[in-house]
Amino acid sequence: MKLAIIGNGMAPGRMLEHLFESAPGRYDVTIFNAEPRVNYDRIMLSPVLSGEKNYEQIIIHGDGWYIKNGITLFKGHKIVGLDREAKTVTSDHGVVEPYDKLVIATGSVPFILPVPGNTLAGVLSYRDLDDVNAMLLAARSRAKAVVIGGGLLGLEAAAGLEAQGMDVTVLHLMPTLMERQLDPAAGYMLQRAIEDRGIKVICKANTKAIVGDKKVEGVELADGRIIPATLVVMAAGIKPNAGLAKEAGLATNRGIVVDNGMHTSDPDIYALGECAEVGGHVYGLVAPLYEMARVAAAHLVDGASPAAFVHSDTPTKLKVTGIELFSLGDFADGEDRHEIVLRDASAGVYKRVVLKDNRIIGTVLYGETADGAWFNDLKKRQVDITEMRDTLIFGQAYQGGAPLDPMAAVAALPDDAEICGCNGVCKGKIVGAIQEKNLASLDDVRAHTKASASCGSCTGLVEQLMSLTLGDAYNPAAVQPMCGCTALGHDDVRRLIKAKGLKNIFAVMQELEWTTSCGCAKCRPALNYYLVCHWPGEYADDYQSRFINERVHANIQKDGTYSVVPRMWGGLTSAKELRAIADVVDKFEIPTVKVTGGQRIDMLGVKKEDLPAVWADLGKAGFVSGHAYAKGLRTVKTCVGTDWCRFGTQDSTGLGIRIEKFMWGSWTPAKVKMAVSGCPRNCAEATCKDVGVICVDSGHEIHFAGAAGLDIKGTEVLGLVKTEDEALEVIVALVQMYREQARYLERIYKWAKRVTIKEVRRQILDDLDKRHGYYDRFAHSQKFAQVDPWSERVSGLHKHEFKPMATIGMADAAE
Amino acid sequence: MSWVLIGSITDIPLRGARCVETPLGKIAVFRTAEDRVFAIDDHCPHKDGPLSQGIVHGTAVTCPLHNWVISLETGKALGADEGSVRTIPIKVDGEMLFIGLAVMADRAA
Repeated sequence: MKLAIIGNGMAPGRMLEHLFESAPGRYDVTIFNAEPRVNYDRIMLSPVLSGEKNYEQIIIHGDGWYIKNGITLFKGHKIVGLDREAKTVTSDHGVVEPYDKLVIATGSVPFILPVPGNTLAGVLSYRDLDDVNAMLLAARSRAKAVVIGGGLLGLEAAAGLEAQGMDVTVLHLMPTLMERQLDPAAGYMLQRAIEDRGIKVICKANTKAIVGDKKVEGVELADGRIIPATLVVMAAGIKPNAGLAKEAGLATNRGIVVDNGMHTSDPDIYALGECAEVGGHVYGLVAPLYEMARVAAAHLVDGASPAAFVHSDTPTKLKVTGIELFSLGDFADGEDRHEIVLRDASAGVYKRVVLKDNRIIGTVLYGETADGAWFNDLKKRQVDITEMRDTLIFGQAYQGGAPLDPMAAVAALPDDAEICGCNGVCKGKIVGAIQEKNLASLDDVRAHTKASASCGSCTGLVEQLMSLTLGDAYNPAAVQPMCGCTALGHDDVRRLIKAKGLKNIFAVMQELEWTTSCGCAKCRPALNYYLVCHWPGEYADDYQSRFINERVHANIQKDGTYSVVPRMWGGLTSAKELRAIADVVDKFEIPTVKVTGGQRIDMLGVKKEDLPAVWADLGKAGFVSGHAYAKGLRTVKTCVGTDWCRFGTQDSTGLGIRIEKFMWGSWTPAKVKMAVSGCPRNCAEATCKDVGVICVDSGHEIHFAGAAGLDIKGTEVLGLVKTEDEALEVIVALVQMYREQARYLERIYKWAKRVTIKEVRRQILDDLDKRHGYYDRFAHSQKFAQVDPWSERVSGLHKHEFKPMATIGMADAAE
Repeated sequence: MSWVLIGSITDIPLRGARCVETPLGKIAVFRTAEDRVFAIDDHCPHKDGPLSQGIVHGTAVTCPLHNWVISLETGKALGADEGSVRTIPIKVDGEMLFIGLAVMADRAA
């Protein structure tokens, strides 16, 4: 069988490779190539133009390949006649070749602007190696060049000419470069990068004429400007080269119309490559052309082959050294579309993913394109990205599924990614500080950047950044020391306090070899708590090791004033109580009164000197301290339960009051908030508390380990108990277990995660001896704890706290 | 320099502080675990936190608002923070404490 091929570009070259592989010797092949050369990689023309490669390096099939495969190659023969009746083709050199099957692969022709002067000497297109050779020759003049067209090809030509030493201006009709592939933001960044290379860019440039006598002298724009030039490169687009096919009577549209098996309207003639039109699409990028080659080869081997060409978007990449650019698919705006955008202007990174129905339809990456393939894959497979939406834009390294490497994820974060939300510290700042200041420990990083120095929830991220930046030089200690005064962690310190029977802070510091004389503001409150917890009744509270709030039993506010919250058991109050509060507010001119999230009344803006008097008045009305300032039990929030609610199943208010009256005044590792809801409607919001109770018909469901602060977390269910007495016992035992085990400032939900929910259930619900032991120890410690600190202060304890030591008047000072 | 009596060292708890009101603002007077006394302005250089309300450790105090650590000896922020508060001369005569008000006297006069 005789196979004739018109054109010797990349598509027919690939087709022959497939053909020879699956059916060697089936066809006697003859190729007519208008270009006087073998098959080369047209994509590599830009590197040839810029001088990074030469022609020999971009040849795909050398002469030997044609000989080896028995191909007759007519170089420099343009086919001028196609006789479908006679089944022959005729070249411009007069060669007439018969065929059984014919493949048309005539490619495309450059679009030449229909403006005056477009045929002057010095006007070139950018299409094949001849064009490139001509440009290289022109570039030797080191003169001015104008490239018309700011698309992929035009920019590559401009960069190549600039690399050859020419003074280059790019004219682009549209407002931003590569507008078919890039959105305006990326187009703008690209323009900046192109200009940074010394290439001038004029957008919205409408070419009116190419001026010159016999050869090019410049380009005139519609606004009258003339850009001088000795070389003009037309790179304003290509069109399928379908002329021959049309003359021969084959169906053509924009290109030669073929079906998805690459058959033209004549069953013995195939078309592929840039000249072919499949399903209304014509293609200029190599991936779909290679796919056409695969399909055509399959049909040439087996006329009934099921191989079919399927349309898919192909990513665009710019081949200009130093500019990273990737674009894929459709990224036009639309009402049914969502987009995720990441910009880092200083690093020159821009990423945009366009979504429709939670699937990717388009991607633009500029500056960092490593994830292009991954986005392409997600788009091709139409993966629902809902699960990874929050982190999608950070790329593959940041996703779960495939083994999640947190280090890679952190490495993939951009420099302006915020690491520490409390202090607004971004990745770049942390990495910069580590490098500039040679920071080697987490404490150093905290001290210099403030990252992880507040709530600490970003500590893991910060440590990963340290590992990334310092490599093996960073060795996070297995045990996090309590503070800079000791190498021991919280758990060891607690254990040793008990084991060695240490009963005051200085004994702890001495025995456990503290490195400072009297600790610091981190370890002292922790040690004080551990001692209070382990030795109730024996240990004398170290007043000076308490944070100011606990020392003065009120919350310090930003201006140095305090806020006062009286206890309202279970959230219940009365006219008498409200009247007393109102009187105190008037008397002490308290500026703000607010209801707290825990159903208590907060009086804000009280002067420290006034505190004892405020408490005295509140005390007269029957109030005690609400401990709103304490690492201790704060509130038990309740709903109205069976007293009033038509849905209430139990006396939730009563249970809340009972719990609060039993547990108030107890110190805990961190604040403890509770709630009791009378039915599953949960009006007291018990399911985000440290401990919560949901009353149900069959009893009381005990919840714990919820949070609604730095973290938001629903509670875990500890279990269901039948009676109120049992509920109280379980809750008390649970809190005591937490008191004895948690690290200072560790909330219940973090402690529970560490020791596991299962273990808490085992000790509190299953092991009755343990439960009773915890309960008894809590009850014992309450004997020493349930003293109202306000009435103590009113009667004079620590009165020095609230009065100035001395007041110096102007006369004293001027003496 | 005029020395003004402000009270007895026993008026200040060990590892604690008291305030002295003056025409030019509050001064915080500290007593360390070793019975040394220091006087500095009662305003943290960071966000004006009342230093007298902080936890005293060694010869430093940790501000109650945002945990800056201020040296009682120099008035300078310790660690990586930068800033300082004015220190005020103080002398101990037996149990009696006097602060030196030269600067204030100049300004007041």
